[in-house]
Amino acid sequence: MSPRERIAHAIKSAAASGEPALVAYLTAGYPQREKFREQVRALAAGADVLEIGVPFTDPMADGLTIQRASLAALAQGVTLRWILAELAASGALRAPLLLMSYLNPLLAFGVGRLAEAAARAGVSGFIVPDLPLDESSELRAALDARQIALVQMVTPVTEPQRLAQLCAGSQGFVYAVTMTGTTGRNVAVPDEVLAYLDRVRASSPIPVCAGFGIRSREQVKRLRGHVDGVVVGSALVEVLERGEDPTPWLGRLRS
Amino acid sequence: MSTPALPEASRLLAELIAGCFPDARGRFGPFGGRYVPETLIPALERLERGVREHLHEPDFQAQLTEQLTSWVGRPTALTFAARLSARWGAKLWLKREDLAHTGAHKINNAIGQALLAQRLGARRIVAETGAGQHGVASAAACARLGLPCTVYMGSIDMERQAPNVGRMRLLGAEVVPVTSGDRTLRAAIDEALRAWVSDPRATYYLLGSVVGPHPYPYLVRELQSVIGREARAQMLAATGALPDAVIACVGGGSNSMGAFHAFIADAAVEMIGVEAGGRGAGLGENAATLAFGRPGVLHGAYSMLLQNEDGQIRETHSVSAGLDYPGVGPEHALLAAIGRVHYQTAGDAEALAAVRALSECEGILPALESAHALAGAECWARANPGRSMLVCLSGRGDKDMSTLQQTLLGPQPS
Repeated sequence: MSPRERIAHAIKSAAASGEPALVAYLTAGYPQREKFREQVRALAAGADVLEIGVPFTDPMADGLTIQRASLAALAQGVTLRWILAELAASGALRAPLLLMSYLNPLLAFGVGRLAEAAARAGVSGFIVPDLPLDESSELRAALDARQIALVQMVTPVTEPQRLAQLCAGSQGFVYAVTMTGTTGRNVAVPDEVLAYLDRVRASSPIPVCAGFGIRSREQVKRLRGHVDGVVVGSALVEVLERGEDPTPWLGRLRS
Repeated sequence: MSTPALPEASRLLAELIAGCFPDARGRFGPFGGRYVPETLIPALERLERGVREHLHEPDFQAQLTEQLTSWVGRPTALTFAARLSARWGAKLWLKREDLAHTGAHKINNAIGQALLAQRLGARRIVAETGAGQHGVASAAACARLGLPCTVYMGSIDMERQAPNVGRMRLLGAEVVPVTSGDRTLRAAIDEALRAWVSDPRATYYLLGSVVGPHPYPYLVRELQSVIGREARAQMLAATGALPDAVIACVGGGSNSMGAFHAFIADAAVEMIGVEAGGRGAGLGENAATLAFGRPGVLHGAYSMLLQNEDGQIRETHSVSAGLDYPGVGPEHALLAAIGRVHYQTAGDAEALAAVRALSECEGILPALESAHALAGAECWARANPGRSMLVCLSGRGDKDMSTLQQTLLGPQPS
């Protein structure tokens, strides 16, 4: 199975139970750099897909929690090189890994050598929130060589024609942003959001995961049947920030 | 996205003169583009369509010209600086953007975009500001047109530019302190973008410089190019010739782009952009992006950036808040790469000396930003005796009084 097929497979297998798959996000090296591998192992056991945030000084799509986590991780010297080295040393994990990074740290690392380094670290895909499909050909070609996924995001304001292009261009899964806004704000999941998610699912040949503002079992229940998976980010970062064990918290999202 | 070598500088210059940039993808050669979260794509496409439909349409231009004439006070004067010319040994002409309403060139862009926002049906304007000049200009333009305005400003800048915060509030704008990130202009742009992401349909983002995602670098250049158009005609009328050099300061680069644009095709006219050299060449000591930066993506565009080897954006320093920014407009990155504009730096001390020189010799207190251009002009004058230069005096210095109290007017270092 190629890395990008591994992501889709993990989501579909988990969703076969009727509950959405859990995609867990953490900012690498936050709150403590030395706990990173331990966190990765715990989350890879408790979630179906793991999304690892590469910290950036200017995270413009993120709310306060991930801004705070990113700056704190940077202050501890977390870099993409360090993250890849730590992951390479972590050994095989149950859940496939994605890196979520703004574009500039990837450009500085070098698009040419990124795919190979990511493959060595066991990374199956990338989410790059400030890289629209239209600007993505160079990174896409580099990742294609290793069958690594480049996940596209769609939003409630995406026009129908573009929605179809984004779903066709996405790999691994389609990341359906639940609201206009930054990450971390609680959303009520009104009916129109469910209708939008149904439209995304109808357009997409691959699984659809909803993210931004998902914090509770009630939201997950509401999304059941409308998506294949849910991404939990800021709320999980806050759990880790408080020093709590993430495993039971993830469990409570599932049932 | 790799480091551009640009062996084809002469072809790119010819295309630039022919008006090929930005191209259909919003690129100036390799620079520019649109690197934003997907949520903003429909808003940017709407803006791009709006710019295409309205900006050069006669009715819009008539409305803009009317505001520029009767409210902004254009055309601004061209002043010959006789005493400073004698001191420096070359002829110094000043394009007086400091005389524009609200005290700087920023108003040219603010009123133009506010008019456009009104046509596009925006219900609310958001803007970022560093020194406060763009914030004041946006607040004034919104008051003039009856649009609600929210200005994001770094908390550090709010302290060092306190009078401008009061001006914005008097002009009816809400000023939101930004306490995240570096708490200066860069964080203010991040926060304005977040505000826009949260409500992309009803909000118009009034960006203040030739930076950001396409079409902003183009839109702001078009609205600021009135500076160079007027100055070129005024120079020809006053002297019968074009200047030998055009000199302007560069932070994000809007006054300089506005000054340079009309002269790009005049091959005999040398152009010089002056960046903030701060305290020196070390990382974090300056804001001289073209001198010390590398290509990368920030705030929606691929351009030159002050960044570390891991692609993290560096904090910057300049005595002038308006130049204190780690990026630069993508068209400047192209002009530097093809060598059409020569970029150099002036440090804090040189800029302060230039404030004193212009104030004492010509009775004009320049903004600290514009003083960087004057410092560059002095260098050029010393090397080119008897020749003529046009300096864009982008703003007046009243806003800088607290900095000047602590420097030029304060206790002298022993």
